[in-house]
This record gives sequence, structure tokens and C-alpha cells, in this order.
Amino acid sequence: MMKTLTFSAMLMAGTAVAAWAQDATPQSGGTLNFTAPYGSTFGTLDIQTSSSVQDEFVAKAIHRSLYDWNSDTSQPELELATKVEVSDEGRTHTYTLRDAKFHDGTTLTSDDVIASYKRIIDPANAFAGARYFTNLVGVDAYKEDTSKDIEGLKKIDDKTFSLTYTGATEPGYDLMRVNAAIYPAGAADREDLQTNPIGLGPFKFVENIPGSRVVVEKFDDFYEEGKPYLDKVNVLLLSDASARDVAFRNGEIDVSVMGPSQYVTYQADPALKDHILEVAEVYTRNVGFNPEREPFDKKEVRQAFNHAINTPLIIEKLVKNKAYRATSFLPISSPAYNKDAKPYEYDVEKAKQLLADAGYPDGVDVELTATQNESWGLTIVEAIIPMLNEAGIRVTAKPVEASVLGAEVPAGDFHSFMWSNVSGPDPFAVMTSFYSDTSVSSGNYWRFDNAEFDALYEQARDENDPEKRTELLRQANDIIQEEAPMWFFNYNKAVMAYQPWVHGLQANATELAIQNYEDIWIDDTAPESRR
Amino acid sequence: MLRFTIRRLLQVIPTIIAVVLLIFVIFSVVPGSFASSLMSDGRGGADADMVARINEQFGLDDPVHVRFFDYVTGLLQFDMGESFRFRQPVTEVIGDRIWASLKLSIAAMVFAIVVGVPLGFIAALKPGSILDSITMIGAVSGLSMPQFWLGLLLMYFFALILGWLPSFGYGGGDFKYLILPAITLGVTPLALLARTTRAGVLEITNEDFIRTAHSKGMSNSRVIRWHLTRNVMVLVVTTIGLQFGSMMGQAVVIEKLFSWPGIGTLLVDSVAIRDIPVVQGTILVIVLWFLFINTFVDIIYAAIDPRIKQT
Repeated sequence: MMKTLTFSAMLMAGTAVAAWAQDATPQSGGTLNFTAPYGSTFGTLDIQTSSSVQDEFVAKAIHRSLYDWNSDTSQPELELATKVEVSDEGRTHTYTLRDAKFHDGTTLTSDDVIASYKRIIDPANAFAGARYFTNLVGVDAYKEDTSKDIEGLKKIDDKTFSLTYTGATEPGYDLMRVNAAIYPAGAADREDLQTNPIGLGPFKFVENIPGSRVVVEKFDDFYEEGKPYLDKVNVLLLSDASARDVAFRNGEIDVSVMGPSQYVTYQADPALKDHILEVAEVYTRNVGFNPEREPFDKKEVRQAFNHAINTPLIIEKLVKNKAYRATSFLPISSPAYNKDAKPYEYDVEKAKQLLADAGYPDGVDVELTATQNESWGLTIVEAIIPMLNEAGIRVTAKPVEASVLGAEVPAGDFHSFMWSNVSGPDPFAVMTSFYSDTSVSSGNYWRFDNAEFDALYEQARDENDPEKRTELLRQANDIIQEEAPMWFFNYNKAVMAYQPWVHGLQANATELAIQNYEDIWIDDTAPESRR
Repeated sequence: MLRFTIRRLLQVIPTIIAVVLLIFVIFSVVPGSFASSLMSDGRGGADADMVARINEQFGLDDPVHVRFFDYVTGLLQFDMGESFRFRQPVTEVIGDRIWASLKLSIAAMVFAIVVGVPLGFIAALKPGSILDSITMIGAVSGLSMPQFWLGLLLMYFFALILGWLPSFGYGGGDFKYLILPAITLGVTPLALLARTTRAGVLEITNEDFIRTAHSKGMSNSRVIRWHLTRNVMVLVVTTIGLQFGSMMGQAVVIEKLFSWPGIGTLLVDSVAIRDIPVVQGTILVIVLWFLFINTFVDIIYAAIDPRIKQT
């Protein structure tokens, strides 16, 4: 009973707080000072070109995509269409667009959608979003320039269009991405696309001071009646955590994304602890093993690694409980998460025995590539080295920069690595990374190759019943746990502090800091400068 | 004077060539790339196909000598290339930020000169006094205190406790946003200037020509104005030049702390994501700024002390 309560509490932690925040009647007007904490600059205002979370802070105010993430239901939902008809055994999706206007006053039509998707797919542009359309019928011919149109992307009339895929597909998870935003047709030809973005979002662009802030103001013709509530949003760049803390306490900013040490401080502060939004984000922190190199080719060694580390202690002391312990790869917020699964227990003797069973009674020497990241980097590695050493796993740390990690792991140039990898929201897409046909460079960083897993994955791929599909993926996730291609460390608990006058924040499990600004409002207790 | 100026300007050219070569070589051999940085957030932002397309689009698969040739020919036409991340010309990206950096550097230097030089003078004219002791303790503290820590203290005191100033940001370029970052950045050169000025004044006060001036019956204020100040200025201008020249590079930490939109934060972010054209362009601008200030200072020397022209 206790265990069930704890699990439920973890699941509901974010949504409960968000629901509280949404209780009162929304008030219109005012300015929100939102912060973008992941760097000291925005890359581009042309969001189709970007894959950076930092750029999404601005884009989420200005743009809209065909789908959007619903934080309450934890599902992608139609955003720019009023209905979708699925036919042809899940291959064809026919959309009816809603009445919506761009910031330049033009009306959304099928031509805008088709032009936007063609721009994203165009190989000459090399946009990250192109991968959302890899199984659209006719994409290869378009990329190879043998066809100017994409067969599977068809206009039916001004308000209706269809997407046809090569197999059954649920496109919501991909087409809800901010970098799959819809621009007006012909936007690609505009010279000021980078400096004066036009979208369908609740706010229109006003000003960009590079390296400082972007200002957006209410778009009166936004398609949702009565929204947005705010008149203006300032998206402020503030990457330093200490400075963000001072600015938040000083009331200069309205929200602040927190790291582990700030989380502890804010929880202990009576004035701040009641305004903390938490959510189990879809990121799994892990130490991945290279099974093509000794000794990680032996399952017993990989399991021994998991038994040798006192994971709860690391989460408590170093991550300051700003994480949930991982059992396998799919996180708590995933529908395919197995809540009955037990994590590997801390048992040094068992770890030693497993090493001996694998043929390494004298222990093993391994290299671990890691970055300086506070939550999943060298700090953690330094803490687990003595634990692993006690079990006979002698670890040498290899410090690298983040961009080097991003090069070495997909190239397979590692013995083991520590990383935080996306593990949702779509469990099927996540499991694709472990399918043996998926190359290392395409996401199978653990070089996972298991026939039983592949069979379950293929069944899930061909299954149209969502519940059965989820059950198959849950079983596949259990196989990952048993095979231990990684040390299952934790699932990130994203934490954001907000001012008491701010309401309507959403517990977004895909990325807490990315908010639908149109739902946010501020009350009368806000400082004069915000009202 | 003109020949001296031309000679100094020509001496800058080999330095620029060496810097361009060094920057290019360093960022050709460091591991990681723009494409790999897109994958570093663990969100699977790029796949193998996209990495190949990005490398092809930006010419990253070309041999090093081809890329170097393209880079140098571009520079000769004042073209620093196109940013991988911003997808804009590097000159535009830097142009958007350079004014904020100049503004911060100039404000910090003005603060350092206006406070540091008079303090050094006053301390030297009354050596051993309480004022001298306070000045020197302050100078040592200013030199030894990490700027980041000082910035946080100022932020805490003037923004959070007193509520007089904003703790971060640029506003619309308003003066009040400039005060805390400029003071934080200016404290180190201020301390150095105070110490240098004091040492210079004390040394020159004991020179024969100062005693001679006094013995000729010249008034104290006239001695200070005509003999002491002019000779101390060579030393002070040297310190100002070195500090002012290197200030844009030193400002990186302060810009990050105060979220100041200068080229320092641009450089740090660009290194992290391997936006090499922006990194090369930003470093080149910082180096050119340093060379410009130093050359300018050399020319000022010659104006202050004509003997320098002979060397």
C-alpha cells in the first residue's frame, strides 16, 4: 500500500501543484518575466532550423505546430486541426484545419502546412526536424530530387490535407515538436525570417536584443477564445544559477529552473517551498556499456556494475533527491513503465560473485567517459568509483566536453559513458533505440541486440490496439532491465520555482521549462512593474 | 610622428597573421563538431543522415587546407563566414553584440581610471597615512578577490538588500543596468592603477629633477603638474592600455553572471556548440581590440615622451 502511495505521489507531484495553480479564475493583463536558463544566447528565431531547447522558449510563444503536448493527459493532441481521420490501417491521416490566423493577418490553409513540411524535409536545409518525416510516402524521391512533390503529403482543399506513411504511424509525437511549426507559405523566401518571425502562436514578436531578451506581446486574433491572458512576455536569458537565484528572490523574474543545490535550499525556505513545481521528466540518466568490448560483452559484468553501486545514496547525497531512482530505461511518466519492477539492489558480494561467474575473479578495468555535468557527470563518477572498486570494477574516468561526448558515443568510440538520454514521451520511439536494426549513430548507443526484445518490438510495431501495444513495450522494457546494457541511475525530476502571483503553469514532462504561455496568468499581488 | 605611427601599425600585421593561423589550427584539431554538439543534450537532436548533411552544408568534410584557404580569402574580403547556429553572417552576429561589450569595457575602465588614479596619487603624496593604508588594503583586496564572487556580493547588496539596481540584464540599454557589471569588471584594473600610480609617484618624487625643481623655488602644485604627473603618466598609460586591451576577454565571466549581451558570452556559447566561424570571428575581434589599444597607447607614449620615438 505504502509503495503504491509513493509511486502515485511521484506521478502526481507535478500535476497536483499545477492543478492548484490553475484553481482560481484567470485574470487578463500583465507581463511575465520568463527565463531561458540553458545558455547565454538564443540561436535563431527561425525555429524550423533549430533543435535547441533554448530556442523553444521563444518559439513556443510565437509558433504553433499541428499537434501540441497536453500535460494533463500526457498525450499529444490536435492543435491546428479540429479533426483527423485515420484510414488505411493507420497509414493515412486526413486533417481538417481549424480557423486560425498568422500574425501578418493571413489565414491558415493546407498550403501553409505543406510548404512548411517541405521546407523541413528539404535535404538542402539539413534541418533536425526532417527525421519526423522519414517514413512519409515519397520522401526519398523528394530528397533525391526526382520529384518536386511528396506523394504522401497531399492537399485536398484549402482546409484539408493528408499525410500518408509507409506503415502504421502515430504522427502526434513528432508533429507536436516546436521545430515542426507551421509558417505561412512563402515564408522561406522572406529575408527577415531570422529577425522577424511570424507564426500562429498566442504572442507576436516585438523585439530581440541578442544575448539579452526577446519580447513578445499578445496576439489579439489568437484562435483560442479569451487567450492569451498576458499582455506581454519577456523571455530573459539568465544562464547563471546563482544570478538566477538572486533575481528570483528579488522578484525580477517570475520562474526559475533549479539545480540540485538550489532545490534543497528552496525546499527549506518557508517563503519559497510552497511555490515549487516538480515533474518526472522523460530523461534517463545512465552509464552505458559497450558490449562489443570486454568485459561488457558479459551480461554478468553489466549486472555486477548495477549491484555494486549504492544508487539511493548517490541520489540522496549528490543529486539531493532531485531525481527518481531508475529501474529500467522507460521513465515513471511513460505509459509503458513497469511500476512493479524492482531496481537492482545494492549488494557488493553479489557483484563480486557475478564478476567471478563471468570469468573475472580478479576484477575488471574499465574506462568511463563523462562530462562536467552536475547531475550526470564527473561528480557522480567520482562518487561511484570507490563503490565499484570495492566490488572489483576499477574505473578510470575520461573527462570530455559535451560536444565530444556527442561525437564519441554515436561513433561507438567508448568503453562506457555517462549521459542523460531522452526516454519519452513516446515509448515506441524510445524502444526503437534498442532495436537491433537501429544503428549506433541513429540512437542505439548501447548496441543493444536481443532477439527476444526484437520480437516484442516488432509485435508492438504491428499492433494497432494501444493498450496491447503498451503492454508489449512494457515487456520489452523489462528485457532491457534484465540485460542491463547500462547502469540504471535515475529519471530526472525537473523542478521550477515560481512566484506566488503566477498561475497556470503546466507540469510538462517532456521539458518542464517549456510552457504554453497562453495558459499562464498573473494575479493582483504581482509587483507594479508586471501589472 | 607619422613615420612612427605607420611603423607601429605595420608591426601589427605579423601578429594578426599569427593569430589567424593559430585560431584556425586550434579549432581544426579540437575534438567535437557542431553536428555532434546537437546530439550532446541527449535528445537525439541529430541522426547520422543529418550529421552528414550538416557537415556537407558547412564544408566540414573538406580538407583542412581547403578550409583554411576559404577562411583566409574570406577574411581578406572582410567576410568571417556564416554561423552554423545562427545561420547568419558572423559579422552580423558579432555586430549585434560588440556595442554592449564596448560599452561595458569603456564604463569599467572609466570607473577604474576616475577612482584608481586619484587614489594612487593621494596615497603616494601622504605615504604611511591612514588614507594610504586604506587605499593599499583596498587595492590588494580588489586584485585578489575573484570577480565572480564580487559580482554576486554586489548583486546581493545593491539589488536584493537595497533594491537600488537591477541584478541582471541589459534592459533597453539603460544606464542602471550597466552600473553593477561595470563596477565588478572595473575593480581589478582600479586596484592595479592605484598601486601603479602610487609606486610611480613615490619613485619619481625622489628623482633629482624633482628636487631641483623644488630648489629652484617652483611651487609644489607646479612641480606636481609639470614634472611629476607627466612622468608618472607613462607608467599609468601603460597600465591603462594593457588593462583596457584585455578587458573584453576578461569580461566573459562578468557578462555571463550579469547576463550582459556582449561577445564574451557569445564566445563561450559558441565554443560549447562548436560554432567555429563565430568562435574564430570573436577571438579575432578580441585580439584586434587588444592590438588596437596597445598600438594607440604606443602612439600616446610618443606624444607624452618624445624620447620613445627614437627607440
